[in-house]
Amino acid sequence: MARTEIKIGGFGGQGVILSGYIIGRAASIFDTKHATMIQAFGPEARGSACSSQVIVSAEEIAYPYLTSPQIMIVMSQEAYTKFTPELAQGGILITEEELVQTHNLRKDLKHFSIPATRFAEELGKKMVLNIVMMGFATAVTGFVDPEAMRKAVTASVPKGTEELNLSAFNKGYEYGVKEKAKLN
Amino acid sequence: MKADPKGVLTGAIFLDGDHACAEGAIAAGCRFVAGYPITPSTEVVERIADRFPLIGGMFIQMEDEIASSIAIQGAVWGGKKAMTVTSGPGFSLMMEHIGLAAMTEVPCVFVDVQRGGPSTGLPTLPGQGDMMQARWGSHGDYGIIALCPNSPQECFDFTIKAFNLSEQYRVPVLLMMDECVGHMTERVIIPPADQIELYPRRYYDGPKEEFLLFKPDKDMVPPIVKAGDGYNIHVTGLTHDEKGYPAMTVPAQEKLVRRLIDKIKLNADKIVEYKEEQVEGADVVVVTYGITSRVAIPAIEQARAEGMKVGHLRLIVAWPFPEKRIKELASKVKAFVVPEINYGQMVLEVERHVAGKARVELVGHGGGAVHNPKDIYNVIKNSVKG
Repeated sequence: MARTEIKIGGFGGQGVILSGYIIGRAASIFDTKHATMIQAFGPEARGSACSSQVIVSAEEIAYPYLTSPQIMIVMSQEAYTKFTPELAQGGILITEEELVQTHNLRKDLKHFSIPATRFAEELGKKMVLNIVMMGFATAVTGFVDPEAMRKAVTASVPKGTEELNLSAFNKGYEYGVKEKAKLN
Repeated sequence: MKADPKGVLTGAIFLDGDHACAEGAIAAGCRFVAGYPITPSTEVVERIADRFPLIGGMFIQMEDEIASSIAIQGAVWGGKKAMTVTSGPGFSLMMEHIGLAAMTEVPCVFVDVQRGGPSTGLPTLPGQGDMMQARWGSHGDYGIIALCPNSPQECFDFTIKAFNLSEQYRVPVLLMMDECVGHMTERVIIPPADQIELYPRRYYDGPKEEFLLFKPDKDMVPPIVKAGDGYNIHVTGLTHDEKGYPAMTVPAQEKLVRRLIDKIKLNADKIVEYKEEQVEGADVVVVTYGITSRVAIPAIEQARAEGMKVGHLRLIVAWPFPEKRIKELASKVKAFVVPEINYGQMVLEVERHVAGKARVELVGHGGGAVHNPKDIYNVIKNSVKG
């Protein structure tokens, strides 16, 4: 697999950075790929439109920043407006259905959306919406091996919440598999 | 000697550079850290503060960087391995005590996670503007060692290396990180403790009555003792004799300061470290260090793909500088290209040793970001043309 650049956007507190961390950890620790994560640092990590960037590659990663992200996962309107223009031609856009209105959506993009907040609420904790998003993104993009993602989720969430988070991941993953099937 | 397994987190960990530096210090046997938090280095001491209580280390958040940089030296005389961590403004405050550590030959490590400067500058963004300060920042003449990691893995590895070099040469060693490397998260492999080689402190083991605190061994480095072991020792920043007593004469100054310089200069072949790639037969050699050694790679690869003969020489140890190698290459290549996140620091050293035999092109950057590789590529392209 060549270099895949992923950007995750949302507002501070949504677990944007944890999401990037999980992808990178899954790829480089629980799979055999290389991964570099760079997170938004500064005031935006604590409230407004915040982002994390992950590069996943079969080869060593030299330049550590994104040059043209092929995958973007967006969990807030502000992040959608601010970051989507950076998405590469023909890239994959993944949005939270109820938090993001995809007006003026670029025609070249492949777009997937999921009511992740609603699913998270059904599981009993709105907080796990980012993990639902991770499951969904894994299914529709195949960017990282799903088993490696599950291991990374389990290893990265607070103790005692592993099962809840795994359910969240699986919920998103299953929905993603169905959504992807609709396209074929 | 091998590392103490206590506290060594053997395994593959997804870790940022700052945390990897903290783990490197722990693996190196560092058990005393004093620091004053400053972005982008704070995560190093946060992790140390979190981990030290579990392994018998002591972390003190001091009132400032001046206090931090002297507290670690007290800890060394008390028998600990010690480190302090800071960024640009704090590094400036530490300069006097880096000189004291050089003068009194205290093995210790100073970590500078560089950010954009001067002054408060760009706290959350990268820079490489402290490189000359690392060499010449404290007053007077002295030798120093500075290392430049380019990844979290190297933040771990080079922190251990920094401790080892400081013990071997009884000199403060500077780990010159930058914000990008410090805040970047990647896989870090921490080996088992019995595969981590440490340079033991050079404790004196001769007859007590013959002991002189600053009497050098053959390699110009004196063995050390610690306070409380029954040796009558005197440590002063004043020019001193082998006993450590103030000796403010021209011959004493000549003897001591020349040795402080020579123990690094004459051992430079053992200390200098760099990585070369396709340097033989190259028309242009790109000289890099720290994060810039990674940022330059797409530029170098693009130039090579277009048929240009481009070599890459990456400094691992920035000070002492690989003078001999640059001199050798100067008569073989058309040009050196030196990208760095400042407006020209290490490039001066390249120019000095190239001495007009080839062109030397700086690709400067004021800081706040890494280079766009295209800017490096353009300079390579123009340099190949000659």
